[in-house]
Amino acid sequence: MSAVMITRKVRKWEKLPGKNTFCCDGRVMMARQKGVFYLTLFLITGTCALFFAFECPYLAVHLCPAIPVFAVLLFLFVMAMLLRTSFSDPGVLPRALPEEATFIEMEIEAANGNVPAGQRPPPRIRNVQINNQIVKLKYCYTCKIFRPPRASHCSICDNCVDRFDHHCPWVGNCVGKRNYRYFYLFTLSLSLLTIYIFTFDIVHVVMRSMNGGFLNTLKETPGTVLEVLVCFFTLWSVVGLTGFHTYLISLNQTTNEDIKGSWSGKNRGQNPYSHKNIIKNCCEVLCGPTYPSVLDRRGLLQEDTLISSSNPVPQTTKTTAPLIPNEHTPDDAKPSIAASAEKSPSPKEEHPAATKVPPLASPETDAETSIAKERAH
Amino acid sequence: MATEFHNLQELRHSASLANKVFIQRDYSEGTTCKFQTKFPSELESRIERTLFEDTVKTLNNYYAEAEKIGGQSYLEGCLACATAYLIFLCMETRYEKVLKKIAKYIQEQNEKIYAPRGLLITDPIERGMRVIEISIYEDRGSSGSSSGSSSVSGSTAR
Repeated sequence: MSAVMITRKVRKWEKLPGKNTFCCDGRVMMARQKGVFYLTLFLITGTCALFFAFECPYLAVHLCPAIPVFAVLLFLFVMAMLLRTSFSDPGVLPRALPEEATFIEMEIEAANGNVPAGQRPPPRIRNVQINNQIVKLKYCYTCKIFRPPRASHCSICDNCVDRFDHHCPWVGNCVGKRNYRYFYLFTLSLSLLTIYIFTFDIVHVVMRSMNGGFLNTLKETPGTVLEVLVCFFTLWSVVGLTGFHTYLISLNQTTNEDIKGSWSGKNRGQNPYSHKNIIKNCCEVLCGPTYPSVLDRRGLLQEDTLISSSNPVPQTTKTTAPLIPNEHTPDDAKPSIAASAEKSPSPKEEHPAATKVPPLASPETDAETSIAKERAH
Repeated sequence: MATEFHNLQELRHSASLANKVFIQRDYSEGTTCKFQTKFPSELESRIERTLFEDTVKTLNNYYAEAEKIGGQSYLEGCLACATAYLIFLCMETRYEKVLKKIAKYIQEQNEKIYAPRGLLITDPIERGMRVIEISIYEDRGSSGSSSGSSSVSGSTAR
């Protein structure tokens, strides 16, 4: 009969849809599968540890003490870039709230007019003109938004990401607008580190063999063999990847656009985002502004849980708009904005169509992507 | 005239949310953050066109300033790269500084212009920088209200 309402404060990241994992109370954001990321960490730290243990003492004494110092700096830079890429928000676009979703649905229905019964409604596409080029914006059925240009939905993380490049299992995260430059610097510095370690491994083996013979050297420093093996295979892949991304940056394209063939073949030279100048393109991607995250992960929400004496299982009723200020709203407007959000009448009364799935809705975006892929090859 | 409210507090106490208008992004110049200045029909009876356009244009200017690629952004980028981006732990980026200015501007516009007309602008960053959401309020006391009605309610709070 009696019921108790318990309110508890939760951070917004706990309620975010999508398949991300969050650590450190929302400060760290990654994809769900992290196995390959741990492998990357292990390979890099393991190889560097072997290098510092076996090669560096000899080289510091017989060649130059700056060699290990530079290796340490390079290693720290690689780790910083890797962690920055893996832990940051790639540029996830939050899903539309019910009112915005309904507003967009109404606009679509108004644009489509009357569809004869039994016929499939036309695909949800909006055409925009960017720098005198027509670009099609596709509707995302999961996020209920028209994706901004260059955004794409990552099926692994189940989020729309702005300027989506690709989902990289090696870093355990999507690569998008906010972390692309860290990803690029990671591949570049890793290439340099790999070349550095490989070169000095060879130098070390040659120098030591001149004094004691080749087989003795390998017996004294068994780590060298492992390092050379790892570096050899890493070289081909990472250096190739760095070269590929350098090419993409100079043309201001994303991996996603390259795979789909959006601006190649018969569309070559029509990329509306390119400044037609390699230096300007590089500067925009690498030295452009640092975009903020629009996912307020650490903002606070109030969650109401109803516990009735007859039914001991708590039922979470609703999560209201932030009553506690978050970093984006100015102090004075917060109570009024929050209160006004609370004031909105139950969505059931005003927008009965809010949760209705549109008839004959289908994720045509995937079909269109696969068709485009087939056309590109 | 539309129903009048003294300030944001009274908006909260005496008004109920009637409708929401969403101002979409303008992609004609690329992916830089810019909003359409087209005046929505739902606001026709609530606010003067010039005031609305001024607000949106000022917001667009703020965003253009934040995303400008020039000397200062290069310097910030190169300095940050040289410190392996650790400098952002203690320094605020230019974009974040402009976002604070934008938040202040929106609050000021709400207090001075929009709340007295029964409207409320939500900062675009809370909607993923996709839309500017403008909430339209109706005075609770007015009967048979529909959004955009121009009847003067007898029980306006003062």
